[in-house]
Amino acid sequence: MSHPLRALLLAAVLMLGAGSVRALDTTVLPDPKLQARYQVLTHELRCMQCQNESIADSPVDLAADLRNQVREQLLAGKSDDEVRAWMAARYGDFILFRPRYSWRNAWLWGAPAALLLLGAIVSWRIVRARTRLLPDDQEPLEEDLRS
Amino acid sequence: MDALRPRLLTRFLLPLGLFALLAVVLTIGIFRSKDKGIIVSPLLGKPAPQFALPDLLVPGRTVRTEELKGRWYLLNVWGTWCGECRAEHDMLLRARASGLVPLIGMDWKDDDQQAQAWLRQLGNPYETVVADRSGRAAIDWGVYGAPETFLVNPQGVIVYKHIGALDEQTWTREIVPRVTSGAASKS
Repeated sequence: MSHPLRALLLAAVLMLGAGSVRALDTTVLPDPKLQARYQVLTHELRCMQCQNESIADSPVDLAADLRNQVREQLLAGKSDDEVRAWMAARYGDFILFRPRYSWRNAWLWGAPAALLLLGAIVSWRIVRARTRLLPDDQEPLEEDLRS
Repeated sequence: MDALRPRLLTRFLLPLGLFALLAVVLTIGIFRSKDKGIIVSPLLGKPAPQFALPDLLVPGRTVRTEELKGRWYLLNVWGTWCGECRAEHDMLLRARASGLVPLIGMDWKDDDQQAQAWLRQLGNPYETVVADRSGRAAIDWGVYGAPETFLVNPQGVIVYKHIGALDEQTWTREIVPRVTSGAASKS
């Protein structure tokens, strides 16, 4: 790796740390496992007021109230899916940064695969059509040049 | 050479059809773009969430969602800290004066004294005001920004939700028709 690249990478890694220095949410749960789940959940729930921030990153009151709900429900022994369902029942699937699969959004999940398949079929047809353009003559090129 | 000869279907009609489809999808997108910021509540068509909250104006009284059932009502979420709530206040007073549907206020994360002073000074459009001091009940109603107004039918089901200041247009186009047609079909 060249020096400028290495310096850039170092800068990027250092910047990763800078974000967490002034963490907005100082909640600490008694159990490290719960704490890890709390971190994941609060980062994948949308702040409904700011909409492009997670409740973990948002300074608004409602985000703090929702973080509090996540904390209480985890302490009460709820599963991650139960917490997500509880939030979605009140605010809709929009609150989930990682949307759940449902029949209504099935076409969105399926679209990339369908487009890939379509592209594969089209390119296969083009290649096949172009192949037919090649001369049937299978003799080496040199013989054509000599004549 | 047969394979590359332009065929009417694949070389002309198919791309044209795809273009037309894309144009239709994008046109719908443009015409609906004004609704982009509106998040449809999953509570529409569902029973109003249960709460048991203290009455802001009658000390010692607790109000429950169950007690509100049996007639139409508007649940209006507000707070003295909310600027848009001041903007819609006159509309709420006119709504009360019309006598069409009672207004139930939900004072969200507010100071009781300030809220009482607000209603004394500006007039009280509400039949009952509940104090949601912790904000827990508002979360159950899926509230994310005051003011928000819910229309609940006599069966206790939320039939309409308005986000933002209630205005004359919303009142005449969305709320009045629902309440009057609902009342007519009942009798």
